[in-house]
Amino acid sequence: MKMIEAIIKPFKLDEVKEALNEIGIMGITVSEVKGFGRQKGHTELYRGAEYVVDFIPKVKLEIAVPDEMVSKVIETIENAAKTGRIGDGKIFVLPLEGVMRIRTGEKGDEAL
Amino acid sequence: MKIKSLLTSLLAGTAAVLIPLAAIAEEAAKVAAPPANPAPILNTGDTAWMLVSAALVLLMTPGLALFYGGMVRSKNVLSTMMHSFVVMGIVGIQFVVVGYSLSFSPGNDFIGGLSKMMLNGITPDTLFQYVATSANAIPEYVFVMFQMMFAIITIGLVSGAIAERMKFSAWCLFAILWTSLVYDPIAHWVWGGGWLMQMEKYMGLPNALDFAGGTVVHLSSGISALALILFLGKRHGFPHERMAPHSLPLTLLGVGLLWFGWYGFNAGSAVGSNGLAALAFTTTTVAPAAAGLSWMFAEWIHSGKPSALGFGSGVVAGLVGITPAAGFVTPGWGIVIGLAVGIVCYCAILVKAKLKYDDSLDAFGVHGVGGTFGAIATGVFATVGATGLIMGNVKQLLTQLVAVGASATYAFVVTCILAFILDKTIGLRVEKEDEIVGLDQTQHSESGYNLF
Repeated sequence: MKMIEAIIKPFKLDEVKEALNEIGIMGITVSEVKGFGRQKGHTELYRGAEYVVDFIPKVKLEIAVPDEMVSKVIETIENAAKTGRIGDGKIFVLPLEGVMRIRTGEKGDEAL
Repeated sequence: MKIKSLLTSLLAGTAAVLIPLAAIAEEAAKVAAPPANPAPILNTGDTAWMLVSAALVLLMTPGLALFYGGMVRSKNVLSTMMHSFVVMGIVGIQFVVVGYSLSFSPGNDFIGGLSKMMLNGITPDTLFQYVATSANAIPEYVFVMFQMMFAIITIGLVSGAIAERMKFSAWCLFAILWTSLVYDPIAHWVWGGGWLMQMEKYMGLPNALDFAGGTVVHLSSGISALALILFLGKRHGFPHERMAPHSLPLTLLGVGLLWFGWYGFNAGSAVGSNGLAALAFTTTTVAPAAAGLSWMFAEWIHSGKPSALGFGSGVVAGLVGITPAAGFVTPGWGIVIGLAVGIVCYCAILVKAKLKYDDSLDAFGVHGVGGTFGAIATGVFATVGATGLIMGNVKQLLTQLVAVGASATYAFVVTCILAFILDKTIGLRVEKEDEIVGLDQTQHSESGYNLF
């Protein structure tokens, strides 16, 4: 099993969710996050006081998947989230030690 | 360039309309003979309008709380809103106990007496005649309430300068002392029969013109805000730390409520449901409209983007600027005052940003500067029921300068004394750590936004 973490542009969330639904992904956790990468921040100006905003709002998806789904999921997110412009985000793949569904006590792939 | 030529043609057009109007007003003033003072008769129309106006002016204070509350960081939203809300409590009592008496009962030329403490002698049948030559009167209770709302909003305005660092207890004490020792005397000078209403006797000049409180409310609060921050100091981390407004929607909602309430403030200052109120209502619409646009365009040209905060700030600057002039100028000059005050206040906040003094929410930049500009502009553009510089009356402008200078000096000096005493006794500022954590939690044990 793997944990896939994808950082994407917030306005792409719906498209990515739809695309993942279509390939049979049953659960996603989403959070609003801020960060920076190669995309530079911007400046904000309030009554003459200028502030540089380094951290840009992004959406982080966490998806736990069985090993055989990993490449399919990565490809799907890539296709749905891509604009071709700087700041499209990144996808991380992490090893996943174990899973349990709290309601039934099922473990492993069955719990995904 | 296009905007410049548009402004020029607008100004020329306005002048063409106004000059003949001014001449007609002068003719009318010559013809009117001074009538005998009639006995007061309750006017129900005036009374109804003034009751509504008083309620409208009260609504400005929650509007101000939103305006200021949106501009601070989220950890200080409640403390900033409380600075405005708590003065509805404090001045709501103070004004009945002594404030009205100190402002409006007979006393000397400097301050009113104590004969109307606890509204002594006023009954539901006591009538108040605003214009001595007219029989129209309203119950004195209505006038007391209307004036109380002015006293409340004025100290509320000062809180814009001290946001995010002043101790709540010190603010409460300052509010009651400042209202009694600064606001009440200045209100007495300008409206309550004090020396600025006897300028003929003192300096051979006409009386000061302040239709709805440019000097009494905005100038006095703005200058006092400046004096207070000299003692209070800058916020921790100012100016290098990010201190951006946490919710401009709250601020813009506040602007809307302020504008709405300002109709009571300005049109209500006619103290009657009449043509003068209608004129003030009109100027209170066009001046903030013009100032919102002029600030927005100034910012657009100067820094590249028309900001929402800029437009909202311009609207407030326009409301401040037209306040002393509301019933004394034609709508055309109202537009001119609005256009000018928007740009003047925008420049003032740019200068502030350069000088790096921490008037957190620009109480001085908008109310001090806008109030001063409006008071002087009234002496220049007054054409209705009074004459200003453009009608050849230099003396009116001199009076306005005296009123501005005297009120500013008095407010500044007394505020410095109060701030010094409070700083040496209970202390003006919260502890550094409390300031970093935020005043909502450390002063009030609450937080503005609870997500879980």
